[in-house]
Amino acid sequence: MTGTSETTHAPTAAEINLWREDFPLLATEVNGHPLAYLDSGATSQKPRTVLDAERHYYENLNAAVHRGAHTLAAEATVLFEDARATVADFVGAEEDELVWTSNATEALNLVAYAFSNASAGRGGAAAERFRLGAGDEIVVTEMEHHANLIPWQELAFRTGATLRYIPVGDDGALRMEAADEVITPRTRLLAFTHVSNVLGLINPVEELVARARAVGAFVVLDACQSVPHLPVDLKALDVDFAAFSGHKMLGPTGIGALYGRGELLAAMPPFLTGGSMITTVTMEAAEYLPPPQRFEAGTQKVSQAIALAAAVEYLKGIGMDRIAAHEDELGARLLAGLAEIPGVTVLGGSAPGPRVGAASFDLAGVHAHDVGQFLDDQGIAIRVGHHCAQPLHRRLGITASTRASTYLYNTTEEVDRFLEGVAATANFFGVKA
Amino acid sequence: MSSSELQNLYQQVILDYSKNPYGVGLLGRAAGQSHQLNPTCGDEITLEVHLSGEGADRVVERIRWEGHGCAISQASASLLTELAEGLTVEDLRTRIDAFRTAMQSRGKIAPDEELLGDAVALGGVSRYVARVKCAMLGWVAAEHALVEAETR
Ligand SMILES: Cc1ncc(COP(=O)(O)O)c(C=O)c1O
Repeated sequence: MTGTSETTHAPTAAEINLWREDFPLLATEVNGHPLAYLDSGATSQKPRTVLDAERHYYENLNAAVHRGAHTLAAEATVLFEDARATVADFVGAEEDELVWTSNATEALNLVAYAFSNASAGRGGAAAERFRLGAGDEIVVTEMEHHANLIPWQELAFRTGATLRYIPVGDDGALRMEAADEVITPRTRLLAFTHVSNVLGLINPVEELVARARAVGAFVVLDACQSVPHLPVDLKALDVDFAAFSGHKMLGPTGIGALYGRGELLAAMPPFLTGGSMITTVTMEAAEYLPPPQRFEAGTQKVSQAIALAAAVEYLKGIGMDRIAAHEDELGARLLAGLAEIPGVTVLGGSAPGPRVGAASFDLAGVHAHDVGQFLDDQGIAIRVGHHCAQPLHRRLGITASTRASTYLYNTTEEVDRFLEGVAATANFFGVKA
Repeated sequence: MSSSELQNLYQQVILDYSKNPYGVGLLGRAAGQSHQLNPTCGDEITLEVHLSGEGADRVVERIRWEGHGCAISQASASLLTELAEGLTVEDLRTRIDAFRTAMQSRGKIAPDEELLGDAVALGGVSRYVARVKCAMLGWVAAEHALVEAETR
């Protein structure tokens, strides 16, 4: 369903168990049960190579990058820039098209604030193409994570532009027939998520990009839930900007990335300003470095970038197509199993795929918090709440849901334990079909 | 299947009250009202305190509320509503403080049955740090509603 080729073989149970051994935390017991970690949609666990990379850096190479003249500083700079090349290549980008940020949230805000600064006249004539004002429209979707919604709301407030959205249907999928009414020649920017963090649905990127191109709008892709789980080539997807977070793809917290098409980054004014992003500074004004440094003010996230590159090497070692094939199987098992439990409604469950290994559901008459408490009691870690997508939950008529999300290290046994746990919870609370 | 701690958390009283909550439905024209929200899960409550009498003799006639949330929050608001009826404002304040102290004790302080009545069934919640907010939601709303009643 994920579009992986037929020749891709999903890993065997024995292979998965070998991978699991690379993740120290997966051996933990929780409440007297082996941990079943089904919350990778929130944050992933880390393999030893990632932990070692960060430790190795601090024990052997720690120094300020792009600043010192000494040997360590030079070596640290090389590793830092190599890490950029590794991560950029992983998503099909050129090195200087990948900007380090703290996380996806900061990456999305970077774009929004660069547009905002251009709208205030910063960046000169080159940045005119990013200027927004009254009459211009920004388009998002109703299924966005708050991180890909609120920065655009704020950008609209600051510039006088109007925010519009592509609605979702009762089945949770984007109403593509409505997209034509929403995306018009007034649309200047279209921001949407590649994969919904709630529904696990993979959105039709090609179709949406085509519509944005037809009206000359910029495209911003929230790739937070796709880059960790699917083979992603941002150049092939033909988006202008994309954001993702390291901690969801086996990397450490505190590091994320913004991809930006080279010529756009080159024309864009900065967001954060200060040290390391300038050429000449006087008391009155400053001139800025070319991208990516123009967007990397201050001391950088060196150990995190290096560890993220180690995470990417780990993912490449397995192969994203195989990870996707494995999660496709787990996801199908999750969906089929949940459908059999009385009182369970899977959000977006009736929408045609494709999707990743994630499912959120409502259990009739039982609050998600209570479901989560029962599963936690059995060592099963899942997420409850609105998953930072209040408008989507509101649209589907609920305030909170329970989400299980998989990754390469999850087994079919873990999915089955989760399903049994949900069935037992339904039973305890006397849920009727 | 589930552990004894879990059984202790979800006692029968709590399950009963969560299915048949007590005091639901706003009446309007209350002496004080408060809306409380738990932003991490979106649970919310709107709660009214209806008072009679004057000064130190001011008595809680009834509490009414509306909201949605987990079994713990619904049962807790119900138990508070039952407890509060007929108490003086000062007395209710004392009991809210006693409940908060027990809830924030991480399982170290058992709720006092003399002060809290059936609400002691919520004692198990205090060992689950993430759930204390659920249990407190209605009580915090009552506390704010009493402040509003006083300053109006
Ligand atoms: C789809 C999506 N977008 C954005 C984010 C924000 O990521 P972060 O909190 O790492 O910035 C998340 C993660 O929670 C997400 O799932």
